[in-house]
Amino acid sequence: MRWQVQVRARAGDFDLDAAVAGDGAPVVLIGPNGSGKTTLLRVVSGGHPPLAGRITIGGHVLYDSQAGVCLAPEERRIGYVPQGYGLFPHLSVLENVAFGLAAARPRPPRSHRRTAAAALLEEIDCAHLAARFPATLSGGEKQRVALARALLSEPDLLLLDEPLAALDAASRRDMRGYLAGHLAARDKPALVVTHDERDVRALEAPAVYAMEEGAIIQSGSPTDLAEHPASDFVREFFR
Amino acid sequence: MREPRGGLWGGRGALLAAIPMLAIVAIPLIALAAGSSPSEIAAGARHPLFAPALWLSARTTVAALAVIVLAGTPLAWWLARASGRGVRAAELLVDLPVVIPPAVMGIALLQTFGPHGLLGPALASLGIHLPFTTSAVVAAQVVVSAPFYIQGAAAAFRRVDDDLLIVARTLGQSPLGAFFRVAVPLALPGMVAGAALSWARALGEFGATLFFAGNFTGSTQTMPLAIYTALESDTRVAVALALVLAAASVLLLVPLRTLPSLLSRRLDRPSRPLHAHSLPK
Repeated sequence: MRWQVQVRARAGDFDLDAAVAGDGAPVVLIGPNGSGKTTLLRVVSGGHPPLAGRITIGGHVLYDSQAGVCLAPEERRIGYVPQGYGLFPHLSVLENVAFGLAAARPRPPRSHRRTAAAALLEEIDCAHLAARFPATLSGGEKQRVALARALLSEPDLLLLDEPLAALDAASRRDMRGYLAGHLAARDKPALVVTHDERDVRALEAPAVYAMEEGAIIQSGSPTDLAEHPASDFVREFFR
Repeated sequence: MREPRGGLWGGRGALLAAIPMLAIVAIPLIALAAGSSPSEIAAGARHPLFAPALWLSARTTVAALAVIVLAGTPLAWWLARASGRGVRAAELLVDLPVVIPPAVMGIALLQTFGPHGLLGPALASLGIHLPFTTSAVVAAQVVVSAPFYIQGAAAAFRRVDDDLLIVARTLGQSPLGAFFRVAVPLALPGMVAGAALSWARALGEFGATLFFAGNFTGSTQTMPLAIYTALESDTRVAVALALVLAAASVLLLVPLRTLPSLLSRRLDRPSRPLHAHSLPK
């Protein structure tokens, strides 16, 4: 499934002006802190209004400034896992996972939502966490629950903002494999922001986009970027 | 080894410096509590001014609080989420009743709803006369105490992480759904604290009420006005009324202090340390 993002947006001190595209395989977005990566993900999710551009996923137009199309986030079929995982702190793990099911129309009854959420937690070996609240989970557990919640609604495009950054070294290694396995099994597109070259390798991302000050300064295969880095940041990233 | 109580900055010197203000606050309250015997309080509670004033205060403050929460919550949300010069101007406007003396607000309300006021004649032609009615009491309480709720709710809404709201939307919630299922539960401790402050402020409202609603037993004489009236005839009744009002305020203060922290406790339970066995397999 081919997806394309070409947008301009205001992002704090600078203008974001970026074009990113991909198909079934995960695409990786790299760049220094404050370069606009998170803003780009938010623009794609519908959480940050762009100034102009076009966003399509598999022929489905999410945003087109010329045609005056701008779908609300809930109409975009996007899964978004922000930095810090975005679990709702006032809901238990089970309720967090079931949250996404409550918005389906017609709304499934509460007992069905809880059964479906419990089944999913069972599937990812997290059944024992069902009654816990997010603040009591480890980083790895939060990430698994957040990912499961995002995938439950079967989004067309998954956005992951530094999914492994907050984990310690050991759980990062475990979670990296888990994430790569899940994304490969899903065979649907994903856009992953990362600061770690090992993530790029583990995800077997065919394309990497490097972003600096709101602009894509280089894109290509990881090998391209490693061999011909266009900036100090890219050189340092692949060292 | 145990850390000394108060740490580096909260020791004996700091306590000594804190005592004068503590005394200034505490001594009048102690004097009020000590200056009246239970039988005098009971006599005060049987005074003909007491029951109507208590009932009126209870009714009007609950009505005022309902208006403040219903109308103030959307405003607080807008103040917290929108940006620009208009928002900052609105913020200033909302804070004004805090710094403007209540008596001035009472005059302002008369200038608005009085027979020669800005809206008075138009309302009168519809058969609505606000000044010197129970509704005027509510209006005075709303105007004077709304800022406390709005500030508290807006601060709480500002602390709600943008990403949580975006996630709620991508999971299918409408803007209203995200507001009620994510923003409100997370902001609830701050909203409750603000509402309790507003309520306490409305309960003590005197100046604006006196000027805009008058001082009529049963219809506009709230507890503070009853104390004022009683003071002219019988100090003991005034003290008894004051004690009851103080007790009601203390009863408000306890949930004001405990409820928000109870509500927020489960939101920030300490994270468990990372253990290898809790990692994904």
